[in-house]
Amino acid sequence: MKRSFYKKMAITLIAWSAAIFMFFPILWMLLAGFKTEIDAITTPPLLLFEPTLENYEAVQQRANYIKSATNSILISGGATLLALAFSLPAAYAMAFFPTRRTRSTLLWMLSTKMLPPVGVLVPIYILFRDFGLIDTRIGLILVYSLINLPIVIWLLYTFFKEVPRDILEAGRMDGATSWQELFFLLMPLALPGVVSTALLSIILCWNEAFWSLNLTTADAAPLTAFIASFSAPEGLFWAKLSAASTMAIAPILIFGWLSQRQLVRGLTFGAVK
Amino acid sequence: MATVTLRNICKSFGDLEVIKGINLDIEDRSFVVFVGPSGCGKSTLLRLIAGLEEITAGDLLIDGERANDAPPDKRGLAMVFQSYALYPHMTVAGNMGFSLRIASVPRAERDKKVIEAARVLQLEALLDRKPKELSGGQRQRVAIGRAIVREPKVFLFDEPLSNLDAGLRVQMRIEIARLHESLNATMIYVTHDQVEAMTLADKIVVLRDGAIEQVGAPLDLYHNPKNLFVAGFIGSPKMNLLPARVIAMSDSAVTVKLTGIGDLDLPVRSNDLKPDEPVTVGVRAERLGVNEQGQFQAQVLVAERLGSETYLHVQMEGGEMVTIEINGDSPARIHDRVAVQINGRDCHLFNSSGEAI
Repeated sequence: MKRSFYKKMAITLIAWSAAIFMFFPILWMLLAGFKTEIDAITTPPLLLFEPTLENYEAVQQRANYIKSATNSILISGGATLLALAFSLPAAYAMAFFPTRRTRSTLLWMLSTKMLPPVGVLVPIYILFRDFGLIDTRIGLILVYSLINLPIVIWLLYTFFKEVPRDILEAGRMDGATSWQELFFLLMPLALPGVVSTALLSIILCWNEAFWSLNLTTADAAPLTAFIASFSAPEGLFWAKLSAASTMAIAPILIFGWLSQRQLVRGLTFGAVK
Repeated sequence: MATVTLRNICKSFGDLEVIKGINLDIEDRSFVVFVGPSGCGKSTLLRLIAGLEEITAGDLLIDGERANDAPPDKRGLAMVFQSYALYPHMTVAGNMGFSLRIASVPRAERDKKVIEAARVLQLEALLDRKPKELSGGQRQRVAIGRAIVREPKVFLFDEPLSNLDAGLRVQMRIEIARLHESLNATMIYVTHDQVEAMTLADKIVVLRDGAIEQVGAPLDLYHNPKNLFVAGFIGSPKMNLLPARVIAMSDSAVTVKLTGIGDLDLPVRSNDLKPDEPVTVGVRAERLGVNEQGQFQAQVLVAERLGSETYLHVQMEGGEMVTIEINGDSPARIHDRVAVQINGRDCHLFNSSGEAI
């Protein structure tokens, strides 16, 4: 009894330390956003200061937050939907009708994630130029859905594998077509998994910076480009950068916070039965 | 209702041949049981008939029409799975009506059929429950109900009772037998439990290593097993199988020497046997007796008292173990020495390659 109490305490302590350690940069950014530029770079750093909203005003004047946020939402959502549209049938086929090459196909797909994106920047840029996709949302949706496809398929594949084969076979005996199996049986059963896959994909798209910085300028620029525009040639404005970053991550942070239950439930789906 | 005919059915997974040329006629309204040890291919054979696996070679005829390439739902079959395979997110009514729902049957008609099937299976009170709120026996009933609603020509059962406890299994066995009677349907049933096979079947198909060992009525298989495998597989307790050697042959009998036990005359005729050929003598537990006329000495190792009868597991003088069924109130006890009576007329003789003579 006593021992388990100390054990619990230790675990709680470690968990809290880890959480605070990870959250600290975000907290620091939040605070810096409310400091003046001078306060933000003072050493030793100020913990007590007079909060100001001037950075947020400046950010609003310099860049169009609403437009970037809209772009981020549309691009993340669109890319996730597109990725799911391809991944659901693909994962279904791989989970329930595996061939000799399924395993290696999955590994190969994952291996594409090892490729440094900059390695294909030039060809992709040329393709984008030729197809008129530069600085368009469609362009980014295409790229994001493609780069997330391996992860999305892998996750869905693992979730689908958890669904007993018998249930789908019963469906087939009942006369269900493959699509009916997918939508009436598999989707409802693997829903927590599908939802958390979608959430993860949205978060990954939201945070993606390399392609958004290289393939957009103004019209389709999402929040990552919005933040980057504050590290200007005139120098780094820490306070304004922090304010902009806070605004950029706020939606996804709130979204992630609200859906964390679902996310955790999905990612541990099948593991605890 | 329907007949099912298998003509030279083969199934391979890659280089592995699991079903090796099965020929079988399943008559209309019959209850056929596929039985065999695990890995004998009985479930695979059922899945081939169901259309869940592709037939590698041979013809499957349902009602005389070739059905090899027909999709599962177009074959007019319904299947009850070992795991029940109920749809966990649907209610009992939803489970039973699913096939009708995706076939776009109007709601009123669908409900009528579901309620009708629920009535037959006494599930009316459970229609709004989810599978996880049901007991094992109830789930089994829902799985059967889902099959009934489709009004199939042939019912397929894949080890449907193996997840139930012993008492429930006996009860469901009786229900399935009654269902066969009342639905007047052709049923194909897979099990590894030979008691289920014996009690349910009109016709038993004994399978081993993807091939048929013997087909016949339960008592036919029990009394006239074609080979050692069927002899050992059908019947509980197992048939006693004793090694022996041929000593002499006449027109009306074969005399064998039971290894370590003694000589025995069997009233069979065979031209294929040679003197000194190793053979096996099989005799059922209930055909053995323990009495003063017993020719062979043995010692009781275990006495299993079941009430109406007792199984004595005895060790013959030569070391062979033999099971004897005797009266439930027999006084025989462990460590007793007894005289075992073996009557040659009650014995089966198998030659050195295991075929019955």
